Amino acid sequence: MKQTLFDKIWDDHVIRRFDDGTCLLYIDRVFLHERTGSIALLGLQAQGRKLRNSRQVFCTMDHIVDTHPGRNDSTNVPGGSEFIRVTRERAAAEEITLFDLGDPRQGISHVVAVEQGIALPGLTVVCPDSHTCTLGGIGALATGVGSSECEHALATQTLRVTKPKQMRVNFTGKVPQGTTAKDLILHLIAKYSAAGGRGYAVEFAGPVIRDLDLEARLTLCNMAVEFSAYTGIIAPDKKVTSYLKSRPYAPSGDSWRNAVAYWSTLFSEDDAVFDKQITIDCTDIGPTVTWGTSPQHAIPIDHTVPDPNSVADPELSRSMGRALEYMGLRAGERLEGLPIDAAFIGSCTNSRLSDLRLAAGVLRGRKIRNGLRAICVPGSTQVKLKAEAEGLDKIFLDAGFEWRESGCSLCFFAGGEGFAPGERVITSTNRNFEGRQGPGVRSHLASPVTVAASAVNGCISDFRRLLK
Amino acid sequence: MSVVEFNTHIGIAAPMLQKNIDTDAIIPSREMQRVSKKGLGQGLFAARRYFDRGEETERDNPEFVLNQPQYSGATILLTGANMGCGSSREFAVWALVDFGIRVIIAPSFGSIFHTNCVRNGLLPVVLSETTISDLAEQVQTNPQQRQLRIDLLTKVVVDPAGCEHSFEIESLHRHMLMEGLDAVDITMESLADIDAFEMSIRSARPWMHLI
Repeated sequence: MKQTLFDKIWDDHVIRRFDDGTCLLYIDRVFLHERTGSIALLGLQAQGRKLRNSRQVFCTMDHIVDTHPGRNDSTNVPGGSEFIRVTRERAAAEEITLFDLGDPRQGISHVVAVEQGIALPGLTVVCPDSHTCTLGGIGALATGVGSSECEHALATQTLRVTKPKQMRVNFTGKVPQGTTAKDLILHLIAKYSAAGGRGYAVEFAGPVIRDLDLEARLTLCNMAVEFSAYTGIIAPDKKVTSYLKSRPYAPSGDSWRNAVAYWSTLFSEDDAVFDKQITIDCTDIGPTVTWGTSPQHAIPIDHTVPDPNSVADPELSRSMGRALEYMGLRAGERLEGLPIDAAFIGSCTNSRLSDLRLAAGVLRGRKIRNGLRAICVPGSTQVKLKAEAEGLDKIFLDAGFEWRESGCSLCFFAGGEGFAPGERVITSTNRNFEGRQGPGVRSHLASPVTVAASAVNGCISDFRRLLK
Repeated sequence: MSVVEFNTHIGIAAPMLQKNIDTDAIIPSREMQRVSKKGLGQGLFAARRYFDRGEETERDNPEFVLNQPQYSGATILLTGANMGCGSSREFAVWALVDFGIRVIIAPSFGSIFHTNCVRNGLLPVVLSETTISDLAEQVQTNPQQRQLRIDLLTKVVVDPAGCEHSFEIESLHRHMLMEGLDAVDITMESLADIDAFEMSIRSARPWMHLI
């Protein structure tokens, strides 16, 4: 049978197939951060186990560390210093490369893994973090795992797993100017539900994906987990190869040529069979924003908040009602024009250079609404330095944004920071769960462009009107 | 890590029938305060379970199901679909186990959460939404008396009326839960295969390997 992209990478990593249908899968790279990696390393030590191969293991600091300018080890996360201390201590003891505070390579795990050439097409990568699926954007088979599974990968360089079913999502049509990967993925999740990808490895394909730049592909795959997919993946192409060339941990010389030759075989064959196929016509997808407390609660910015009574499923209707109550909204209300208290640009979803450039394009020569709190947290120290070299920091600062050091920050109480109860926030992050950005905080997920436009107007705003 | 073996469990079941209960809801990030898998039960469902959490005025939310006296001592949760979606944080499972939960019955689970459950001796049972609503209705008239029995050997949930509801579980997961086995120990039995595979890919695709 003709192979899919996912089949090819999977099959090249199967060590052994068991009678119960599970496979022992070889894991090429393990990435850790101080929140869950610390526990995995400590767990391994408690069991008296050693890392099988510390050279394939990397660690960064992103979940606990503070992101204010001039930061040091102190953090507002309760007990957080201990996570930092243990991570540092165990990483040194196990001889793991650590991108610590002050290291120019430090940043959010999934941003750093690509930037440093640690994740590569055709590799299997795990990290005790659900957004590891981001790395599918360059053609890696990457999945989030728990701390125990991470210990397993560290000790054995394997995972014992059942091969998931496979789905292909074909994105077609002409994408309107200014519509971003964030809008596409929110649209997909809203249309097929937050459980739509459950049990499937999802390949994103089609002409729209081929035209997306590499960073946008990472944004798309980042939210595969919000679609409940096993992971997301996109066939690597020349854009990926040229991006990875000369990255610190990417192969070089003959190795590079061999790698590129192998990568050129990583695509789904024409007649490969998928368990499910979906086609999304992107022609009419504009800025997309969430109104509720699940990523599936996303609507076009110019639509009104849906009515729970219009839904047949009683449990779904109840959960929509609860979401409306939590969000302080009424059915039929317009999102556009809804006053906001804060705006956040950051996270492994939307904090890369291209995201900051897009947002800066809106903010250049403009000011954010008086009294609004707006924060930009670059995805890595490298992103921050490059943005500063282009003068983007000045644009953000002049507009009234805070300009921070890299980390996960206000995406979820990282660094011990949250917004105030009841505050309404427009955010470029991936989860609008109740309490995610602080108890009682009302989060509206959107693209960095929409966040920037909304910050300027002080209310949820369509950038197309602002730029007219 | 060796975990408690799971055979048969009889216990009080508490219904939380919402869909998409995410791991942020099971344990908010701010409740994960020690570099440890232990002592997380206090933070379980913190946002819904307490008022004014962390303040002097902190008190239980009487509306929250696990705070209601009739569900006191609950060891089984009945939930909606996509249970444990979201963040991979294993703290969510450690908090559930520390609180005393032994079984979660749901129409479906978040995949990382599902594996985390098995790794920690917490049994994830998949039953249909209709069956779960029916179980919830049966237990809620008198949760302390109308308990559920779960038998992992025969893969059935027995309701208070004595009806059996069969469920499926991966044979490896069932085996690990029943024997309290550790996943790393099991994989170590394949060590020779791992060594041989590693040698072969290092020569076939040396660029994949960092030296």
